[in-house]
Amino acid sequence: MGGNSSAPDRTGTSRRGFLSAGLAAGTTLAAGALAARGAAASDTAITELPDWTRYLGEGVATRPYGHPSEFESGVVRRDVPWLTASPESSVSFTPLHDLDGIITPNGLCFERHHAGIAEIDPSKHRLMVNGLVEKPLVFTMDDLKRFPRENRVYFLECAANSGMEWRGAQLNGCQYTHGMVHCVMYTGVPLKHILNEAGLRTNAAWVMPEGADAAAMTRSVPLQKAMDDCLVAFKMNGEALRPEQGYPLRLVVPGWEGNMWVKWLRRIEVGDEPWHTREETSKYTDLLENGKARRFTWVMDAKSVITSPSPQAPLNHRSGATVVSGLAWSGNGRIARVDVSLDGGRNWRPARLDGPVLPRAVSRFYCEFDWDGSDLLLQSRATDETGYVQPSKEELRAVRGVNSIYHNNGIQTWHVRSNGEVENVEVS
Amino acid sequence: MSRFRKPLLAAGLAALVVAGPALAGPLGIGREATPEEIAAWDIDVRPDGQGLPEGHGTVAEGQTIFEEKCAACHGVFGEGEGRWPELAGGQGTLQDERPVKTIGSFWPYLSTVYDYVHRAMPFGDAESLTPDEVYALVAYLLYLNDIVTDEDFELSKDNFGTIRLPNEANFIDDPRPDTEVLKAGAEPCMKDCKAEPPRITMRARILDVTPDAGNDEENAGGSVD
Repeated sequence: MGGNSSAPDRTGTSRRGFLSAGLAAGTTLAAGALAARGAAASDTAITELPDWTRYLGEGVATRPYGHPSEFESGVVRRDVPWLTASPESSVSFTPLHDLDGIITPNGLCFERHHAGIAEIDPSKHRLMVNGLVEKPLVFTMDDLKRFPRENRVYFLECAANSGMEWRGAQLNGCQYTHGMVHCVMYTGVPLKHILNEAGLRTNAAWVMPEGADAAAMTRSVPLQKAMDDCLVAFKMNGEALRPEQGYPLRLVVPGWEGNMWVKWLRRIEVGDEPWHTREETSKYTDLLENGKARRFTWVMDAKSVITSPSPQAPLNHRSGATVVSGLAWSGNGRIARVDVSLDGGRNWRPARLDGPVLPRAVSRFYCEFDWDGSDLLLQSRATDETGYVQPSKEELRAVRGVNSIYHNNGIQTWHVRSNGEVENVEVS
Repeated sequence: MSRFRKPLLAAGLAALVVAGPALAGPLGIGREATPEEIAAWDIDVRPDGQGLPEGHGTVAEGQTIFEEKCAACHGVFGEGEGRWPELAGGQGTLQDERPVKTIGSFWPYLSTVYDYVHRAMPFGDAESLTPDEVYALVAYLLYLNDIVTDEDFELSKDNFGTIRLPNEANFIDDPRPDTEVLKAGAEPCMKDCKAEPPRITMRARILDVTPDAGNDEENAGGSVD
């Protein structure tokens, strides 16, 4: 693409409807065009007095619960209707391309329900602990708030995140390819306190959380994990859980696949064997090429994605100082480093981690470079504190084939064109 | 490597920064659950039969219930209407390019069928089926999958444990990490990692299935369920 010096149409009219919609919603092209150095016509954004500089704005009580600016109305969860048979057992995606830092706003956290959003009156919600315990117990929400609390930042990633990409590049945007992940601060009670309150019998080895929704979600969790770092959470980012995130109570299973983070948590049974529920037999098992399937693939391995530039966040300049922004996370601990490639994985440069780098939370990375305006094949590669290096998609497929559905943590490639457009591609 | 070694190690690191509260013993929070309360919520069934209620149902009874309450989504023969799940068929397809994963071809345990139908089906009217109705439906699903062939077959709590699903032996525990992992302290390749400049082998735009890109309906690649 080098040598094409004519300025492309920057109005976006030549782009696909998808890109145009995203640009119209949030990004101003005019500012980019006016940013060029040198003599330019005076900017009416400066020379003309806007209404907001002249007239009074709304008073303090007009927005008792604030919302984002109307100019951010394009920053929303989106779904892919053809992925599932019904919107009640389906998924919506976090708009990663529009976000920064490591904390996902509550209203933008991706959703995955199996029977829609249960709307629960917290005064009628109960948590039961039964099974291999000395004394089966029932707790109200008020009861649970009398236990000592912990605050922890964790990522929650659906096991199927990037699952549609096993066979190749399919969806054009990191919201769709990687948006089944969010990261918030949870406030809750360590599960071990609740289990100890009931008293574990000596043959206790597994626990099974169960949801109060119409799917009555159940998963088998080994007792060791339950007693290690699981939380029974009632707050996210400081406020009550959102209904779509399990209000009033959900399980937090740090580093492990999102399906196990049972929402609308109503019961925890203690047993001596796993239950082999539908969600750990029919689903959340990973089919291999030889016809065997892995079960109990709990941990989400180290992964990363460049969120900008990306197909929904094209570059609005044609050369010069450029910021690559992205996310990295690992269910096995802290992110140790992230490398970025501009040439499809042939050469790499270390990225810069910025902000808190917490175990089993997303970490933000940046890589600043001077873009010469030529085509780029952008990739990011995460390494976690265990020494695990995020694999290529080819490496994963060589071991697992293409029918695993779950646990695709392969390296993502974005093709950046000289006109700033970005596409999801695979490279040799 | 032990599955638990790494998480525990990391948890230890975290404890250096923020120690969780330690409790000497129970705090006396909550109250004892009554047997009626436990019976109302504890409906799960394990592969060894723990949790199965008293009851029974035949293939023929199951067919009647299935056609009334299930077939609109799952098809008269469990083949699945539209994108709704297939419940029967697909035996021998797990190594195919497009495997058909059903109760008969993929599920390991019959207990899961009973448990899931009872707790979560019909979709939109969960926990509406009696134990006898669930036994009958499970019997019919066995029939649709050619695991029982006698239309007079009756499934009950007593003979439940004699039924084995064909794919039970084909599940293995998690063997990850299954890709190359760097040895401690080793650097990942940074320079000239590929002999040739990479070329693009596949483009999402060719498939054109992203929402708002003009063709939302076609599922040309992989999907999630």
